[in-house]
Amino acid sequence: MNFTKNIAAKIALLPMIIISLTVFVGCIIYSFVYSLTGSKLIPALNYVGFSQYERLFKSRKWDVAVENIFIYGFVFTISCLVIGFLLAVLIDQKIRGESLFRTIFLYPYAMSFVVTGLVWKWVLNPTYGIEHSMHLWGFTWFELDWLVNRDLAIYAVCIAAVWQGAGFVMVLMLAGLRGIDEDIWKSLSIEGIPKWKSYIFVILPMIRPMVITSLVLIAAGVVKVYDLILALTSGGPGYSTTTPAMYVMENFFSRANLGQAFAASIIMFISVVCILAPWAYYEFYFRNKEAKV
Amino acid sequence: MISNNIEASGPRPKHLTIGRIGLYCFIITCALFFLMPLYVMIITSLKDMDEIRSGNLLYIPQKLSFYSWPKAWSEACTGFICEGLRPGLINSLKITIPSVIVSVTLGAINGYALAFWRFKGAYFFFGLCLFGAFIPYQVMVYPLLKIESAIGIYSSLPGIILVHTIFGMPILTLIFRNFYSSLPIDLFKAARIDGGNFLKIFFYVIIPMSTPITIVAVILQVTGIWNDFLLGLVFAGRDNQPMTVLLNNIVQVKFGVVEYNVDMAATILTSILPLAVYLLSGRWFVRGIAAGAIKG
Amino acid sequence: MKKLISILFSLMLPLSFTSASKAGGHMEAEVIHWWTSGGEQAAITKFAEAWEGMGGTWIDTAITGGENARGTTVNRIIGGNPPTAAQFNISKQFADLVEQGQLQSLEEVASAEGWRDFIYPPELIETCEYDGEFYCVPVNIHSSQWMWVNKDVFEKVGVPIPNTIQEFVDVAPKIQEAGYIPLALGGQTWQESLMFGVVASSTLGFPHMAKLYRDKDVDAFRDGKFELTLQTYRDLNKFIDEGAPGRLWNDATAMVVEGKAAVQIMGDWARGEFAVAGKEAKVDYDCVIPGNVKYVSLGGDVFVFPKNSDPKVKDIQLKMASMMVNPTVQADFNNAKGSLPMRLDVDTSAADACMQMGLDLIKQPEAIMRESDDWNSPAFTNAWDDIISEFRNDPNYSVSAAMDDLEDVLTSGL
Repeated sequence: MNFTKNIAAKIALLPMIIISLTVFVGCIIYSFVYSLTGSKLIPALNYVGFSQYERLFKSRKWDVAVENIFIYGFVFTISCLVIGFLLAVLIDQKIRGESLFRTIFLYPYAMSFVVTGLVWKWVLNPTYGIEHSMHLWGFTWFELDWLVNRDLAIYAVCIAAVWQGAGFVMVLMLAGLRGIDEDIWKSLSIEGIPKWKSYIFVILPMIRPMVITSLVLIAAGVVKVYDLILALTSGGPGYSTTTPAMYVMENFFSRANLGQAFAASIIMFISVVCILAPWAYYEFYFRNKEAKV
Repeated sequence: MISNNIEASGPRPKHLTIGRIGLYCFIITCALFFLMPLYVMIITSLKDMDEIRSGNLLYIPQKLSFYSWPKAWSEACTGFICEGLRPGLINSLKITIPSVIVSVTLGAINGYALAFWRFKGAYFFFGLCLFGAFIPYQVMVYPLLKIESAIGIYSSLPGIILVHTIFGMPILTLIFRNFYSSLPIDLFKAARIDGGNFLKIFFYVIIPMSTPITIVAVILQVTGIWNDFLLGLVFAGRDNQPMTVLLNNIVQVKFGVVEYNVDMAATILTSILPLAVYLLSGRWFVRGIAAGAIKG
Repeated sequence: MKKLISILFSLMLPLSFTSASKAGGHMEAEVIHWWTSGGEQAAITKFAEAWEGMGGTWIDTAITGGENARGTTVNRIIGGNPPTAAQFNISKQFADLVEQGQLQSLEEVASAEGWRDFIYPPELIETCEYDGEFYCVPVNIHSSQWMWVNKDVFEKVGVPIPNTIQEFVDVAPKIQEAGYIPLALGGQTWQESLMFGVVASSTLGFPHMAKLYRDKDVDAFRDGKFELTLQTYRDLNKFIDEGAPGRLWNDATAMVVEGKAAVQIMGDWARGEFAVAGKEAKVDYDCVIPGNVKYVSLGGDVFVFPKNSDPKVKDIQLKMASMMVNPTVQADFNNAKGSLPMRLDVDTSAADACMQMGLDLIKQPEAIMRESDDWNSPAFTNAWDDIISEFRNDPNYSVSAAMDDLEDVLTSGL
């Protein structure tokens, strides 16, 4: 193997390599080491074996958290991809006021969830939100009390999450759509293929990299989701909307139970690797069509 | 041919067909859904507390009150100091601008290197890096604390810039790499034949074609860094606390009078910068990539 | 390479503490706290003003959210850049810091000024004393043992204001029939657990609770009384409206202030909401400590002083600790905050009728109640509170299942 081949690229990627090893891999090792301790408020090396993991798997809360991440992950990912793509396509139709619409769909992404979470809490609350307003306006049959309902609260969270995230997916897709050659459109219309078909069967595959990017961003967001749920429900009612990331964070913060937090993080890492690694291998090694330079 | 239009190409359809009307109806309905919380925020910021407590969430203010806006900006108390959000503005700028520049540049170089100049093991490290995107940030705080402390940049501006760069690297590298992968490889090959090396090709060929994705990356980073509060709290140092810490202090009060109108005003004020970036970025969503391309 | 190795090495050590002294000149003190709103902010200003009056410089690092503030304090200590002083609660939150040798002992000034003689109640001394030395300075007391009552509602319904939780349960159905919400609650875990604590003190009494929370006495836990308490707690659900989950505590207080609800069980800080609405204690609203035996619970705040290698900083820290227990400063501070002072010889003439009740009550040693988090780590109390909250929210969570889970926490050694 020629070490000096592509030396410039190797140097350029050095920061990424260093950071990946020292920070990302380093913090996994750090987390693993301290997950075997009884650390409470501060990291301390008091070895307790695997008891943190035992406690984790016994915990009802963790079970609920894991269940929720699947529900939330599935609903949020599909909704964002579909709505994001749909909005991008609609905006791509040369409509009047495109700039305005684009900003309208994207602005939620700009707002930190501390207060927008509060607004959504109001909106979705049966006592003084939309349900209440609808009742005042005479539509007494209208019900939107998901947020205070243990079984439906997680879906209410999805509504607010999609509101916040779909715009960014739209922007990614739009960047992809706008990168497509004029000629492709011309030839598609010459061949008389209906627009919607061209979008789904021709264009979508062409912007595959953007779809993949969106998917990864969405997935990363799903795994880490915390601020949003904290602002909207604080994990409640009870702990029916808690997630693994929230479990980890609260053990860092309010519970001052670092050992438990690190143990939960390690389980999260393992799960992410199990899902991510096979796909990454497929995507980056197997499927590569570009010729090596 | 590849065009350089700023907007979608082609003439706007002249006839208002049923399809067209349906399109506008649908998009306007979506827009209303997206706008609704902002509407609530604005009208709440213009009401006084009595009206907020007793009134309907969606009604426009009976009594217009601008009290909350100056209060949020320069008078609200955030602890001992009662100067509103304003003191945080400079700090947020000091943190955001360098962090965005450094992280986006690094992401672009990484993406470029990975897309065109692959070498053995590159993708392994990329995979490792990508994995970093999935780690909840608090898990990384302790190791980062110790590293930065050892280097001596903990609690300082370079410290927070480094942290934001580290956190942004996985996703930025990914989006640049994916974008560059979708560019025609022929362009690159031709440039190499013409004698270009790593840096030359980057500056003269790749960067001009990167506008759409750079805008997306900038949007991502500006939003994330500007709205970040916990990393700023831990790493930026006492003199560099961003606006979001002050916002949090104003908004997240647990004990004491909660002034929702001030909270709404404060949030909107804090969001103005990212919103401005979005508005101004519009014109850069370019259809088409570069002039003078070669076809197959 | 050497640098790399030393970095890797220092990562594996629990904590390497070379606290660089950043504060030090002109009695400069950086204080991390979470008092950012209204009365709290007025209170911390009193400390700041007293400090500056002594010739010091007060650097205010206010961070809303106790967890954020405490988290920042811990991070700063680990990173080698600790504040001069940091706020914690009367609790075991900072026990780890003491055990790891991170905090400055205040014994010098505590002995010199005779803290053990005037700190009242003496239970506060136990909170701060580790290995016979003071490691924190208590600054106030907040009690959660209160029921806030809208007098109008009770008059209109024609039922007497309850004196115990049981009496409340008896009159609540009538209140409900009349169209009012009997019990206003914000459905957040801390509020639900606060309410449970008050119910428990009313039904079990403090000595029994001490057996559970302090002694972890499983027999006392299983003797049937706790089960009844859980059942009473669940019975209260009938009287709480369905919009409770996620509601902020002050929105619940507002329901009582406005007469939509009859009663809220909340700590003494709820008084502030009535005051802001212009209501007068005992005139427009009533405050009741529910239970046949009346208690004042010892919640509240303390300040700790992270160790610093610079001896000048130690000097500053001891001076600040002394300032915080000064009677005049205590009077100013607690009047602004609406809390009880930690010594008896403080001028409390500005207290309103409800606060006066607390001040009188606290003078009786048998009325003093310590809370679970004074004995137990946050990990314990949070695990416990999780179960209580889930129990309230999930009707399918049986009393016996809850008892089993709670016993698990009790014996877990968390």
